[in-house]
Amino acid sequence: MKDLEQILQSHAFLGGCEPEYVQLLVGCARNLRFDAGEYLLREGAAADEFYLIRHGKVALEINVPGKAPIVFSTLGEGEIVGASWLVPPYRWTFDARAVELTRAIGIDAACLRRKCDADSGFGYAMMKRFVPILSQRLHATRLQLLDVYGKP
Amino acid sequence: MTVAVADPMLPQRYRVTHAQRLLDDTVSLRLTPQDGELPSWQPGQFNMLYAFGVGESAISISGADDNGFEHTVRAVGAVSRAIAALQVGDSIGLRGPFGSAWPVTAAEGADVVFVAGGLGLAPLRPAIEAVLQQRERYGRVVLRVGARRPQDLLFPEALERWRLARDVDIDVSVDHADTQWRGHVGVVTTLIAGARFDPHESIAMVCGPDVMMRFCARSLHDEGVADDRIYLSMERNMKCAIGLCGHCQFGPSFICKDGPVMRYDTIADRLNVREL
Amino acid sequence: MRSDTETPRAAARITRVALQALIDALIARGYAVIGPTVRDGAIVYDQLSTTAELPAGWTDEQAPGRYRLQRRDDDALFGFAVGPHSWKRYLHPPMETLWTARSSADGFDFSAAPSPTEKYAFLGVRACELQAIAIQDRVFQHDRFRDTAYAARRDNALIVAVHCAQPASTCFCSSMQSGPKARGAFDLALTELLDAERHDFLVEVGSPAGAELLDSLAAAEATRADLDAADAVIAQAERRMGRTIDSSVFRERLRDRAEHPRWTEVADRCLSCGNCTMVCPTCFCTTVEDHTDLSGAQAERVRKWDSCFTMEFSYIHGGSVRQSTGARYRQWMTHKLSSWVDQFGSSGCVGCGRCIAWCPVGIDIAAEATAICADTPPTPGATP
Repeated sequence: MKDLEQILQSHAFLGGCEPEYVQLLVGCARNLRFDAGEYLLREGAAADEFYLIRHGKVALEINVPGKAPIVFSTLGEGEIVGASWLVPPYRWTFDARAVELTRAIGIDAACLRRKCDADSGFGYAMMKRFVPILSQRLHATRLQLLDVYGKP
Repeated sequence: MTVAVADPMLPQRYRVTHAQRLLDDTVSLRLTPQDGELPSWQPGQFNMLYAFGVGESAISISGADDNGFEHTVRAVGAVSRAIAALQVGDSIGLRGPFGSAWPVTAAEGADVVFVAGGLGLAPLRPAIEAVLQQRERYGRVVLRVGARRPQDLLFPEALERWRLARDVDIDVSVDHADTQWRGHVGVVTTLIAGARFDPHESIAMVCGPDVMMRFCARSLHDEGVADDRIYLSMERNMKCAIGLCGHCQFGPSFICKDGPVMRYDTIADRLNVREL
Repeated sequence: MRSDTETPRAAARITRVALQALIDALIARGYAVIGPTVRDGAIVYDQLSTTAELPAGWTDEQAPGRYRLQRRDDDALFGFAVGPHSWKRYLHPPMETLWTARSSADGFDFSAAPSPTEKYAFLGVRACELQAIAIQDRVFQHDRFRDTAYAARRDNALIVAVHCAQPASTCFCSSMQSGPKARGAFDLALTELLDAERHDFLVEVGSPAGAELLDSLAAAEATRADLDAADAVIAQAERRMGRTIDSSVFRERLRDRAEHPRWTEVADRCLSCGNCTMVCPTCFCTTVEDHTDLSGAQAERVRKWDSCFTMEFSYIHGGSVRQSTGARYRQWMTHKLSSWVDQFGSSGCVGCGRCIAWCPVGIDIAAEATAICADTPPTPGATP
């Protein structure tokens, strides 16, 4: 069985990451498993842990009163779930539900924030990994907004 | 070279021999020639369909058998509405086929990446069928499909058939879904990064709305696919289909005769110019 | 100007009176003779039967947004530059039925329009217009698809060119290498030789049909003095050319300067009326209209001249690609001077100046292209 450090090292989010930084991260990490239908996180709840998906599929949803929830994105192997833990007041802004059996590494957000504050080199390395993902998602959201397949 | 066509401006008589409603506003028609044989054609080309007295519209070929062309028509204007309303037995005028083709033969030996958005699956469908019929001649075959909602997905039966076919990596993403949808939600570009293909030995064929193609081409480029191995199917106002009316110009290209299928490296700069 | 390497010309001389014999000979051979005549304050092209209908003693004074007829102090028949018409209205008519269709028991039947049988003799074709015809020949006859109706009219046509003696202030044919001396595909070419003593025409032969026509006229052999006089006519026209531009940079720079602020400045003046495209002798764009009769049993498709200045021109479902006037002007000028070269191997402009004179606000293609193609490209943000 792989230990946490090996699992983290091989996750796409940490591809090419310095071993000492992976070790720092291991201290905040735990192995998780979500059955289909289980929620990883809920809108409004404290964003105290985010997830590196190892395999499976996670749907990001927004609940609409009187209607079925709207899925606006799905995430899978190699992707991360959750960014609200980065920004105060650290509250989730959507629901995340496992669509199928999903295995993930949970990272304790408070722990990671502490380590980032303590070691700005580590903090900057983490930031450089998060910012491209946030930028890609912002870009994808813009494209979705265009509704390019809608009626002309 | 001047093409010896009897009269490329004169429609031929075809009959609707099959009609199927695919979506609320989209139908599929099989059109069989009333006189003579079906002309030769290639995946990626289009025909000019004429609704009697109403007018003509450029519609890509979404399939063909010995008996006729299949066209997938979305009712968005007066002409396409009239065409979409045709019933089995009705007559229709048809000129064509016109335009350039997908590089189906040129892609032999390479991995093939198809990216379709919305109705863009229709012009790609004959190319996908052609590749799957000669599956052994190609490396990995990847198909990524984007749609607005799960219920807007074109050709679900064909997708299922392709999925069951040998060794095709198919993934579908929709822009919005309810919780019943088991597939991906998000823009189709995000599915390109996760696909397994050798970017240096791939040919990519992309068809969909202009914006979607622009961003897909960039994603493919970012994955390492050379710009001269990415093909897009362009849309402009095709009226005469033979390069004489001027309407479909896109910089120096006439989309009707130099396109609709165009190599990305030859148009990448122009795609960024507004109102060209 | 005559170069020394040019082969000596087989040329003849006819009198002004013999020009009527030429028209008669053309009519006798079944041609509809089309030539310049004064109508509604302009020199237009129309069917003629006598030299009396030619614009004797008239000239055209042209400037951006301005065209006026003026009296000459002589009786020259071709003492003007060009008017609002060009020969394209005969070879590529403004309106043309492509086919008709009729409902039948079996759906409907299409019938192609009959092949054109008109035989036109064009009298007074200028060098710039010969070049314009050659450009449209390339578009309609020598591309991947052939416009058979155009080809039929073109095959039937006979061209009597006239070397230009009177360029307008809007003319720049020298800069576009298309004039003022007529070269290329004419059957006959005339030079009007007019002074106090005489009113003659030097006649050059460009084809067997032209030679046969000349044989039927009372022509004298041209003397050395006639040839020199004709050369002098062209040389003085060259000297009086309205403007000179450097067209060599247009292809590359217009293509690369799609975001030049000048496009927006032109758009502030441009009315998007499409006059420039209508008077241009090479603009070939068309649209089609599909009609049915009241009973719905008969349908037809009619092709009409169209202009890239209309909003509908670039319509794709949902909207027009070129919404702004600037984009439409850019399309027109860039096509004419730049992408035409990529498409058909030559510039689409012959320097006739019609678009300058007939623009209601006097937009000057030569000036605009020169400004956009200036040696220093504009830098974004650096407002002058």
